[in-house]
Amino acid sequence: MNSKTPVVIKRILIINSLLALLLLGTMFLGLSMGSTGGSMGDVWRSLKGEEGGGAMLNDIIWKIRFPRVILAALVGAALSVGGLVFQALLRNPLAEPYILGISGGAAIGAISGILMGLAPFPGVSLSAFCGSTATLVLILILSSGQAVMVKDALLLSGVMVNAFCTAVIMFLISMTQDSRLHTIMFWLMGDLSSVDLHQAGILALMLAPCFLVIFRLSNTMNLLLLGSDLAQTMGINVKVVILTLLVVTSFMVSATVSHCGLIGFVGLVIPHLLRLIFGPDHRILLPACILGGGAYMVICDLLARVLPAQGEMSAGVITAMIGAPLFIILLKRSGR
Amino acid sequence: MKTAIEINALHFSYRNTPILRDLSFSVLAGEFFIVIGPNGSGKTTLMKVIAGIAGRTSGSVKIQGRKMGSYGRKAFARKIAYVPQMTTLDFPFTVMELVLMGRSPYLGIFGVEGREDRETATRALAFAGIEHLSHRRFNRLSGGECQRVFIARAICQNPEIMLLDEPTASLDMAHQVRIMDVMERLKKEKGITVMMVSHDLNLAAMYGDRLLLLKGGVVARMGEPQAVLTADVLKAAYGCDLLLDRNPMGPYPRVTPIPGRHRV
Repeated sequence: MNSKTPVVIKRILIINSLLALLLLGTMFLGLSMGSTGGSMGDVWRSLKGEEGGGAMLNDIIWKIRFPRVILAALVGAALSVGGLVFQALLRNPLAEPYILGISGGAAIGAISGILMGLAPFPGVSLSAFCGSTATLVLILILSSGQAVMVKDALLLSGVMVNAFCTAVIMFLISMTQDSRLHTIMFWLMGDLSSVDLHQAGILALMLAPCFLVIFRLSNTMNLLLLGSDLAQTMGINVKVVILTLLVVTSFMVSATVSHCGLIGFVGLVIPHLLRLIFGPDHRILLPACILGGGAYMVICDLLARVLPAQGEMSAGVITAMIGAPLFIILLKRSGR
Repeated sequence: MKTAIEINALHFSYRNTPILRDLSFSVLAGEFFIVIGPNGSGKTTLMKVIAGIAGRTSGSVKIQGRKMGSYGRKAFARKIAYVPQMTTLDFPFTVMELVLMGRSPYLGIFGVEGREDRETATRALAFAGIEHLSHRRFNRLSGGECQRVFIARAICQNPEIMLLDEPTASLDMAHQVRIMDVMERLKKEKGITVMMVSHDLNLAAMYGDRLLLLKGGVVARMGEPQAVLTADVLKAAYGCDLLLDRNPMGPYPRVTPIPGRHRV
């Protein structure tokens, strides 16, 4: 890096190398800890490809923990970026796919898909996409008609859409009797356990282009925060940009939800925390959300695996226990 | 003298209600042009049409002799900068970051600004007289400071034409005069054409080269301040009684509304 390198690029590189180290650190923790023992040294040797802790530990690490840690990182990244984009589009720091009901819509779609016996990919992903797009359109209609999106209108319509989605999900569940019921119930609370490396790979392939498109538009998102009028006078094709961001983000959220179920508040906690530390520039926040969101989710999933005395709980419980109180604090502060 | 903005038979309707009707006028290059008129007369809409934010129903708008639609988005943004009425922002950008956004029409596809862009932004901050705010968070500033930040952002866009929609509304006297002085200097030192909407007739009289009085979407009167700010014209346009005399500051008309004598 010489003195000619733009300041923004320097900041992106420095901040994100730190966050990348953090992510790697949490992933190593995620691989080393769990219900079955094995010291960190054994895990390290196993990661290097040596038979340190025996074949069983090796299998646990590579076949069970590794895909799960990768999935957690991807899910955390996608949900954080989703939150970041919605906050920019709605010019509201409290917006988040779960709170707005977009995740709920994706869940209806996904559960319908599961009930129809579709494969997780592409069947369930597609039905989840349809569900999330439908709720997105509904929210936009409900809260439109105002020049500036009023916070309360937006959050209230989100609450209503969520209530409706929950009702539909309950209805669908009560119509189900067989073994799929357990899958659906667990999935509703956010379930990262039932995944293999193949699925995680597919999710990664779906998310990567979305991240790229959003990064390309990250400076534009900065301008959108000033309002669509001003953004337009700075040479932005506002309609095309908003449509692109909406479609890409709801695709991203749907792909994630169809793999891991409903995990809330990640998209609120991570962008907010990062914005507090690094400022609101999306060119820095976007990669930071990918890495930081990934690290956060890996830790939440690890807690969900390690905390319970027996078995495990779902990661969505942890994220909601952290996220919901934070949301209330933020809502109180934004009223001032 | 060359024209900066040329408007011909412009119509604009919103949901079948005509807002602007058969407007035709020109703004000359390097002119301080102020649009006045009662609330709801279409001033903001007119500015939005020229800024390319609102489409027009019919008629033509030419910028520096070329039709508006013939400019690419970025090329257009390099010609015209726009300062809207008060902008609120819930996100904690610093003043420098906000002003730098004015460089976007000049940046590459990932929107990363270089050292020259930062220098332009620093100069814009100095021009608007707010270098000292550079590292402050925008959402902690006072109303007058916020407005000057948005003016610096527009200057940083390096435009040839500057459109401002009531930049001095709800500001104290000192901030009003500061903003008008910045515009005056932009015109004199950089030759920028300034077109502004204002409700303050006395400021308009002192700073404007020409005024346009808009009423019900049509031009009620246009010309030098002395020609537009006459008792009869203003009474008819605003529907209130007023006193017109000469401003002790110089050869400008001065308008004072008379309390208790308005037509409801």
